[in-house]
This record gives sequence, structure tokens and C-alpha cells, in this order.
Amino acid sequence: MAAFIEMASAAFIVIGGAFLFVGSVGLAKLPDTMRRLHGPTKATTLGIGSLLIASMLYFLVRHQAVGIHEILITLFLFLTAPVSAQMIAKAHIFRSQELQRTLPLDAGGSGWATLAGQANSPKASAPSAHPVCASNPPRSQSD
Amino acid sequence: MRALLPHPVLVVILALVWGLLINDLSWGAILFGLLLGVVIAWLTSPYWPGRSKIRNPLPIPEYFAIVLWDIFVSNVQVAYLVLFRRGASLKSQFVTVPLSLESPEAIATLAGTITMTPGTLSADLSADGRSLLVHCLDITDPAATVATIKSRYERRLMRIFA
Repeated sequence: MAAFIEMASAAFIVIGGAFLFVGSVGLAKLPDTMRRLHGPTKATTLGIGSLLIASMLYFLVRHQAVGIHEILITLFLFLTAPVSAQMIAKAHIFRSQELQRTLPLDAGGSGWATLAGQANSPKASAPSAHPVCASNPPRSQSD
Repeated sequence: MRALLPHPVLVVILALVWGLLINDLSWGAILFGLLLGVVIAWLTSPYWPGRSKIRNPLPIPEYFAIVLWDIFVSNVQVAYLVLFRRGASLKSQFVTVPLSLESPEAIATLAGTITMTPGTLSADLSADGRSLLVHCLDITDPAATVATIKSRYERRLMRIFA
């Protein structure tokens, strides 16, 4: 029985490693930022999940203790992965003018939250939003 | 009662997380966790102005099971797309999902769910909070994707949250 569980645990480690690897391959291979985000947010979750199941099985056999830390790690991972992915996506949308032109419209017509400050305010209010730029306008005119 | 226990669900969650953190679910640990939960919930209650109300907790396990299964499916699907498709041949695009949900907690749950499930990633919320910007890795029918998100996740969340 113990040998069987150790084999299962080893299998989970291999599966987890494979999915983590695929997630990293996706990050390296896909062509643009938005597509790249799909690799680490998805393929990695199952990878980590498998490793944690392997860890629970191992501690169950070796130390007769149920590892419940692992459940908590899974929970925190599920909570943090979407948040970090969304922050990266928002930063990317904010920085890429090209992308902003191709975004679909939202249903209510109020614009996307990331761009709300830019879209609604005319250029006159821009210096107050970016204090660094406030000292620059004369120079940009002379250019 | 309301003043002493402003957020009963938070107390239970904190007690459970404490038990999991110290890897011990004995009575002593649970009691100390509950104590911590009460004190923390009481101290942080000024920061929870609009308390989220869970109208109906019954569908939560069902929702959890569906999302877990979808996470499994999405992992396999994304792994397939990454390994066997050329990156440039993936038909990626943004779609707008109009929201029927209103509470921030429900929208946050839906956004997280969208990111963890097959081929979609929530990228932004509209300024009025009425629609989500979702990026799809490889889709042919945007309308069908939006319909799936609305019927599979949003409808269930609407039953859970008030």
C-alpha cells in the first residue's frame, strides 16, 4: 500500500512538473503579452495542484499526518493568480496605445476603468495627473 | 450583537484559515482561531462598509465543483494550444461581457473565475462596473463564449449573492 501511494505521489510530481513546464513554454513561445498571460495563469495552477497532492500523499504515508497546509496554498494561489494576471493586463492596456484602439466598447458606454482618466479628461487636465509632465510643455512646444 | 460580531462569515473563515495555517484542527486551535476571528473582524469592521450578503449558500459547493472541473479542463486545453499550435495562428481577441451582477464581491468572484477557466482571462472592468473586458486565447464564436460565461457562472453567482 505504501509503495503504491509513493508511486502515485511520484506520478503526481511528474504530471505537475510537466504542466509547470508547459506554462513556462507558453510564456516564452506565445507572441504577445495578452496571449502570454494565458500560459502562467492556467497551465501553472494544475501543475502546482499536482505537486501539492503529491506532497499530501507523501506526508500521509511517511508521517501519518494529513498535510492541510497544502489546501491553504491552493486557496491562496486561486485567489492571487487572477489578481496578478488582471494587474498585468491593465498595465499592458494602459501602456499600449495600439491595443487601446482595438478594444471593444463596453456595454454601458462609460469606457474601461483603466483608461477612464485618459478618455474622459481633455489634454488640459493631463499635467495635474502627471506632475512630471507639468514642467515639460514649453519644451515640447519648442520641439 | 451586530456591534460585537459585524461579520460572522469572516470569523468562521479566519478561524478555518488559522487552523490550516498551524496545521492543527484540534479544539484548542479552533477556539483560538475563533477568538482571533472575532477580534480581527471587530478591528477591521470600519473597512467593510458595505457588508457582502450571501443570500443563499446552498449553490456554493456546486459552483466550487464546477469551477474546479473547469480549471482542470482549461489547464489541459491551454497546454494543448501552447504545445501543438503556432502562437500566431491562435485567434485571440477581446470580448465584452455585459454584467447583470451588481455587488463588488460577486463581480470579483466572476472575474477570478473567468481567469481560471478555459481560454479566457478577465482584463478590465468598465468604469461604471457594468461590463467586463475578457481576453480569449482561441475562439471562433465570441457570442457563444459570452453566453457560456453568463449561463454557466454568472447565473449561479446571482443565486448565491444577494
